[in-house]
Amino acid sequence: MGLRLEPRAERSRVMVYLTPLVAAALTVVAGAALFAALGHDPVRALFAFFVAPLTTAFGLGELFVKATPLVLCALGLAVGFRGNVWNIGAEGQLILGAVFAGGLALWAGETIPGGGGPWLLPAMVVMGILGGMAWAAIPALLRTRFNANEILVSLMLTYVAGLLLGYLVHGPWRDPMGYNFPESALFGEAALLPPLVAGTRLHIGALFALAAVAGTWVLLMRSFIGFQIKVVGLAPRAGGYAGFSGDRVVWLGLLCGGGLAGLAGMVEVAGPIGQLHTQISPGYGFTAIIVAFLGRLHPLGILLAGLFMALTYLGGDTLQIELGLPRAVTGLFQGMVLFFLLASDVLIHHRIRWSQRPAIPHGEAG
Amino acid sequence: MRKVIRPGGPVLSRRTLAAGAAAGTLLAASGLGATRARAADPLKVGFVYVGPVGDYGWSYQHDQGRLAIEAEFGDAVATTYVESVPEGADAERVLSQLASGGHGLIFATSFGFMNATLKAARQFPQVKFEHCTGYKRADNVSTYMARFYEGRYIIGVIAGMMTRSNVIGYVGAVPIPEVVRGINAFTQGLRSVNPEATVKVIWVNAWYDPGKEREAAETLVAQGADVLSQHTDSPAPVQVAAEKGLYAFGQATDMRAFGPEAHLTAIVDDWDSYYVDRTRAVLDGTWASTDTWGGLSTGMVAMSDYNDALPEDVVAAAEAARVAIAAGTLHPLAGPLTDQAGTVRMAEGEVPDDGLLLGMDWFVEGVQGQVPR
Amino acid sequence: MDALPHADWMAGLAALLVAMIRAATPLALAAIGELVAEKAGVLNLGVEGMMLVGAVAAFATMVTTGNLALAVLAAMVAALLMALLFGVLTLSLMANQVATGLALTIFGIGLSAFIGKGFIGIPIDGLGPLSIPGLTDIPLLGPVLFGQDVLVYASVALTLAVSLVLYRSRAGLIIRAVGENHAAAHAIGYPVLGIRYLCVLFGGAMAGLAGAYLSLAYTPMWVETMTSGRGWIALALVVFATWKPGRVLLGAYLFGGVTIIQLHAQGAGLAVSSHLLSMLPYLATILVLVLISRDRVKIRLNAPACLGKVFRPES
Repeated sequence: MGLRLEPRAERSRVMVYLTPLVAAALTVVAGAALFAALGHDPVRALFAFFVAPLTTAFGLGELFVKATPLVLCALGLAVGFRGNVWNIGAEGQLILGAVFAGGLALWAGETIPGGGGPWLLPAMVVMGILGGMAWAAIPALLRTRFNANEILVSLMLTYVAGLLLGYLVHGPWRDPMGYNFPESALFGEAALLPPLVAGTRLHIGALFALAAVAGTWVLLMRSFIGFQIKVVGLAPRAGGYAGFSGDRVVWLGLLCGGGLAGLAGMVEVAGPIGQLHTQISPGYGFTAIIVAFLGRLHPLGILLAGLFMALTYLGGDTLQIELGLPRAVTGLFQGMVLFFLLASDVLIHHRIRWSQRPAIPHGEAG
Repeated sequence: MRKVIRPGGPVLSRRTLAAGAAAGTLLAASGLGATRARAADPLKVGFVYVGPVGDYGWSYQHDQGRLAIEAEFGDAVATTYVESVPEGADAERVLSQLASGGHGLIFATSFGFMNATLKAARQFPQVKFEHCTGYKRADNVSTYMARFYEGRYIIGVIAGMMTRSNVIGYVGAVPIPEVVRGINAFTQGLRSVNPEATVKVIWVNAWYDPGKEREAAETLVAQGADVLSQHTDSPAPVQVAAEKGLYAFGQATDMRAFGPEAHLTAIVDDWDSYYVDRTRAVLDGTWASTDTWGGLSTGMVAMSDYNDALPEDVVAAAEAARVAIAAGTLHPLAGPLTDQAGTVRMAEGEVPDDGLLLGMDWFVEGVQGQVPR
Repeated sequence: MDALPHADWMAGLAALLVAMIRAATPLALAAIGELVAEKAGVLNLGVEGMMLVGAVAAFATMVTTGNLALAVLAAMVAALLMALLFGVLTLSLMANQVATGLALTIFGIGLSAFIGKGFIGIPIDGLGPLSIPGLTDIPLLGPVLFGQDVLVYASVALTLAVSLVLYRSRAGLIIRAVGENHAAAHAIGYPVLGIRYLCVLFGGAMAGLAGAYLSLAYTPMWVETMTSGRGWIALALVVFATWKPGRVLLGAYLFGGVTIIQLHAQGAGLAVSSHLLSMLPYLATILVLVLISRDRVKIRLNAPACLGKVFRPES
């Protein structure tokens, strides 16, 4: 006798919405065990991790601030992932977006009396998107022209982007009044995203993310282009017969990914950071890959997954502050939460059955 | 006691501060007895680290300072730390969260937290902030840093007397003024005893990457260096020196264990007394915004035990330099100071002011390589 | 030209080659393991996390028992358990491989830091290089060929072994079949999941070995996140190698070599920003990949067609 996974005839609509709750239940049980084992009150720990950050205006604002770059990057990545375009260099594209947008902001602050007008922010948005696209265009070009695998090219270019930013802020873009520390001058008022809610750091960049959710939803779910991406992603050969160009999907996937990651970079430097320095992103471009899949490559799912992922970071900080737990434990717990979420998806396609027969690993059952 | 966070609410009011101050004076007067009186409402002291406490370098030493506060004040304080905080958008959130969670004193221990600290400090005027290695202050933001370059002059003297090849290898993290200043002070010390010796610098563009530090150290050895110095956090360069039978100096922490024969001495970051002093100042109500540069004289920079293998004359020269620097009679970067192009940047008898030291971005004569820009 | 500068020059070149090979070894070890997993159709992006857990397990075991062999074994077992976790999630529970791999890295960073708390700042007698009297002293070739530590030789031997198994044995044929077309392999009667499990576990053990190399031989110490992204480079090397074991080793030596050469250029006082010089290993890897990828047909044949795809036996 034992538990057995049995395939469903079709995917369960109910389970699509229920699995996050299953994962939550598992998380609570495992988390409680973990914290109790470490000698902490499990209820307090779980509260600090999942609930405390959401109980204040400050926390909610921070949640959206943290989620914005994750959602933006993940949306763009999802376009590529659906078409089997493996861009894992969103981090580098984000950095280039920040460099392009930040470069414009610095130029405006230096040369234009008053630091530029209302045109500056829209121009920075465009520059950010272009910067990300330009960086993503390199793997797209090398893939379509020379057949070079985009996983490697986009990943390697992430390191190059980080070093390029380092070069700029250590050298030509260094704040002349900054005692030669590696950071640019602070951006002028005109180059900063206005706040949405006074007293929090929530800024209009969050609206960009919401707009991007709507935009990618239309693109992926309601447009012929989205259909083409899906077909090429699922069956490249079938896509070819239908006259859909694989190269076009590569370009589209990478440019969408790069553009939105670049926008995320712009949002970060024009929002909470307000200048260029060497550490503008703590790996948002990589975390966004998890967000994209947690959200099942669906724009609305990505929005929820981005908010959830942001919560795990805020919760991690809160655990450190409230319970004095080291970062190691919050990382462990964050990993566990993700495992549960990812694994519970199995219930969409399978049901768990008590098997009277000796349990057979389902892989060998057929 | 740690409470659930209530952002926005001024948890630490002036009243509680005054009470803490009164209790502080009491403690000073009566010793043990007052500890209980204050235990009811301990001062919460927060620390924000850029790396993991387990880096055995920069953040590790700051955490030693945190533990020193706990040891000194016991129940009168409650300390909190948040480690591996990225220097981007996250820093301000963590600082604000600590401030709104009732912390009365917060140490932000990396340069990259500077602007975030100022922003958080504006939001929480009743909370005292201490920012390490920065230059922007406010009424509730102090800055502090250590004159590590003083120690670097001393190890320069030792290196100058111990080298045979007259090539010294220097593993640099990132080309910021603090590191450049250290290289210059090291070179001045080196050439004060050995004008023939030169310093080769390799940048690894990371504060903390044992593998890369190792590779840089090996490269320097291959290029003829027989003494290694480092301004990165891991003991990897010391290990390389030990393997090759050469000499090296520890960074931030006594790293003797990683190369007992090779490790000549280390420049130790000692934040303990500064952190204890500043905490006491908050408890006493005497905290004021200041800019502190501690050095050998204040104990913020200390030299670990000299290697027994060092000849007596080397120890004597190093000690003479240490005593003179601590007494203020010797400035490691006093003129004449000549840059790589041979231009005299400072005439004989002149002493650099802290502004010049703070922004130093050129190498003195005797350093090979360039300050990248 | 007198003899001395010549000897100096030889010694310098030998040092460069030795450094290059040692820098490349952890990359090669991890990449060879990942290559086998990918050949069977499983993409595990958790290499960095597995390496870290291997590194800390090796170090902790070494400190506790003082036994090098046991420490290496512990690293392989610990990382293998991480790979098993990945396997259960992605193979049995059919979770998305890319996301699960990334989560495994987050988990591994946390777990290794947690285990390592008590082992910071402790020195060990690490795994030193061999010294064979007579042979190691031969100029240039001596230190390069006979003066390395055992794990360096292991990395070469394992690459050879993996190459032989994959391309010259029936087992290799089956592994490749599973990675190319799991439905067909299943139809023929191969236990697709069982084979994938074995390959993923092998990948884990190799990542553990790579971690052990760092914490026992390369920089014998434990500090948190000491792999510093080498797991990611290893992943890139598998792609770079177009899934051919021999090329993994070449790619690792190329990457390690360019890294060391740019450090030499800095040490020699080359007047170029160190940030720009540090880009060279990454740019060189891209450039070489472009050169070797231009033949579309060949590359397509090498990439496992089922890489990253979920196998549902019932469908």
